[in-house]
Amino acid sequence: MSILLFAESQQGKLKKGSYELCSYGFALAQQQNTSLTIVTINCEETDQLAQYGASKLINLKAKVGYFEANTYASALVDIAKSEQSKIIVISSSADAKYMGGILAGKLQAGYVTNVVELPSTSEPLTVKHSVFSNKAFANTTLTGKIHIIGLANNVLEETTQSSSTTVEQQDTQVAIKCTQSSVEQIQGKATIADADVVVSGGRGLKGPENWGLIEDLADVLGAATACSKPVSDMGWRPHSEHVGQTGKPVATNLYIAVGISGAIQHIAGVNASKVKVVINTDPEAPFFKAADYGIVGDAFEVLPKLTEKLKARS
Amino acid sequence: MKILVCLSCVPDTTSKINFKDNDKFFDEQGVQFVINPNDEFGLTRAIWLKEKIGATVDVLHVGEASADPTLRKALAIGADKAIRIDTPATDAFVVADQISDFIQSNPYNLIIAGRESIDYNGSMVPGMIAANCDLAFVNNCVKLEIDGSSASCTREMDGGMEVLSADLPLIIGSQKGLVEETDLRIPNMRGIMQARQKPFEVVPAKESSPKTAISSFEKPAPKAAVKLVPADNIDQLIDLLQNEAKVL
Ligand SMILES: Cc1cc2nc3c(=O)[nH]c(=O)nc-3n(C[C@H](O)[C@H](O)[C@H](O)COP(=O)(O)OP(=O)(O)OC[C@H]3O[C@@H](n4cnc5c(N)ncnc54)[C@H](O)[C@@H]3O)c2cc1C
Ligand SMILES: Nc1ncnc2c1ncn2[C@@H]1O[C@H](COP(=O)(O)O)[C@@H](O)[C@H]1O
Repeated sequence: MSILLFAESQQGKLKKGSYELCSYGFALAQQQNTSLTIVTINCEETDQLAQYGASKLINLKAKVGYFEANTYASALVDIAKSEQSKIIVISSSADAKYMGGILAGKLQAGYVTNVVELPSTSEPLTVKHSVFSNKAFANTTLTGKIHIIGLANNVLEETTQSSSTTVEQQDTQVAIKCTQSSVEQIQGKATIADADVVVSGGRGLKGPENWGLIEDLADVLGAATACSKPVSDMGWRPHSEHVGQTGKPVATNLYIAVGISGAIQHIAGVNASKVKVVINTDPEAPFFKAADYGIVGDAFEVLPKLTEKLKARS
Repeated sequence: MKILVCLSCVPDTTSKINFKDNDKFFDEQGVQFVINPNDEFGLTRAIWLKEKIGATVDVLHVGEASADPTLRKALAIGADKAIRIDTPATDAFVVADQISDFIQSNPYNLIIAGRESIDYNGSMVPGMIAANCDLAFVNNCVKLEIDGSSASCTREMDGGMEVLSADLPLIIGSQKGLVEETDLRIPNMRGIMQARQKPFEVVPAKESSPKTAISSFEKPAPKAAVKLVPADNIDQLIDLLQNEAKVL
């Protein structure tokens, strides 16, 4: 009957969002008067998960070395069955969303993604989640027998517990449906999904040759770089950097938008970020209405100064 | 090859989102509905496959008659047949259940759905279909090549890309990249005329009960006004970010 939580790792290392997820899982278990079981797959850092109050920590050894959604979902189904879990908690990473639908289908479970809080009621379970690309929230009641909660990114503080959990190792072997033939992983650089800070450039930067300004600022901040849709459509930057409603979602601590007007589709995808800073020459740019801090100014003057001053500080 | 594209109809991206009846329902008044952008990329890829390697392209929507113009648009830009399963799309579970049931009696080699619909942002339906029908599934698909009975797909992950190969039948979650923005098609007069002759089936739904129910909506709290810092006072910005916002 325990709550089952899937903590993601990548190449053996825990993903940053896993700590927040585990904190949520423990709070949820307390709220629901039950215990927490954390499952990881091919994780080499299980020690770090032992501080989140779980009564059980299962590390599965899967034969497959990459994130194979079907294999992972099947493995979680087996554990959910043996633990008789009624509530399963996963994150909102691209991987978790890839697996979540499969998991829900296999368990015939109700599933809600982008959940931002602990349930507001327990019987029945009601959760608040963002909808319409962050333009609104819905309160949704889970009416099935098994429920899957997909927690949104960056919505709560991490809290560790004093007791520690022992780790069980288990093996799993399930049929693989998709075979990885190659992979290209950005190494040593913050990613849009994981970074605390994202520095994003728009058409106001005039051309790809000026992206050094964005990259320099991102470097001093340890930030990931992103861009508006036209910038990737014109090939100034790769598609994978396009953020917004039809691009990658951003839910970071600090989002710095430079030379981006703030079209509704752009803001929809980045609004979940906690603090937004806008640098734009046009005081009427719509983005200022959605921003916390702003500078009306020319990116070509402001960015080098900002980067210089931040460098001097560190 | 037979391709099925699952289409959801969503409010146009510029829509103002409002609710009615004590915030219990989405207010459709004044809202223009369009093909979900992620599905439109997938549909365009399907039409491209039809033209390149030969295929039939069916489009499927689970929902009510209000979506028919959107399905006709899909026919006008090149789909061969439209199917609407006639039942309200109560939740992702019901939608996936209906689509799964349909493809079990009408098999396809390739099923294309969007990575998420931009209304409820569920990102759930394609994975559920994959599970229900025991299909291989690749989400966030930005490249798709078909070679006989197998497919090579590129998936965008957090911080990278991977190339996956799978045997057909396959379901993908499509998004931008599968085709470019400039590849999207606009219906022309000829297409619109032809669409009128194409088959449009309305099929009854099977029994299925939802597993979730929206009880109410909320709007985010209004935002405080932006704090503007003069362009020649970068120190003040750094100070605010460090000491007030505490994000540095
Ligand atoms: C269906 C649909 C989906 C979409 N999805 C997305 C999405 O996911 N993401 C997205 O970003 N867009 C999306 N868009 C596009 C969106 O509507 C806007 O066209 C786009 O966001 C504008 O990009 P931009 O701000 O870079 O360019 P512009 O709107 O051209 O803005 C450039 C800004 O730079 C400023 N500027 C100029 N020079 C300087 C300077 N020297 N220093 C500082 N500022 C300067 C200007 O004042 C202006 O505000 C979508 C559109 C549609 C129709
Ligand atoms: N009512 C529907 N009818 C047909 N396909 C749908 C419907 N709802 C969702 N889909 C498909 O599932 C994808 C993901 O939707 P969602 O899980 O709602 O985010 C969409 O992009 C569509 O391809």
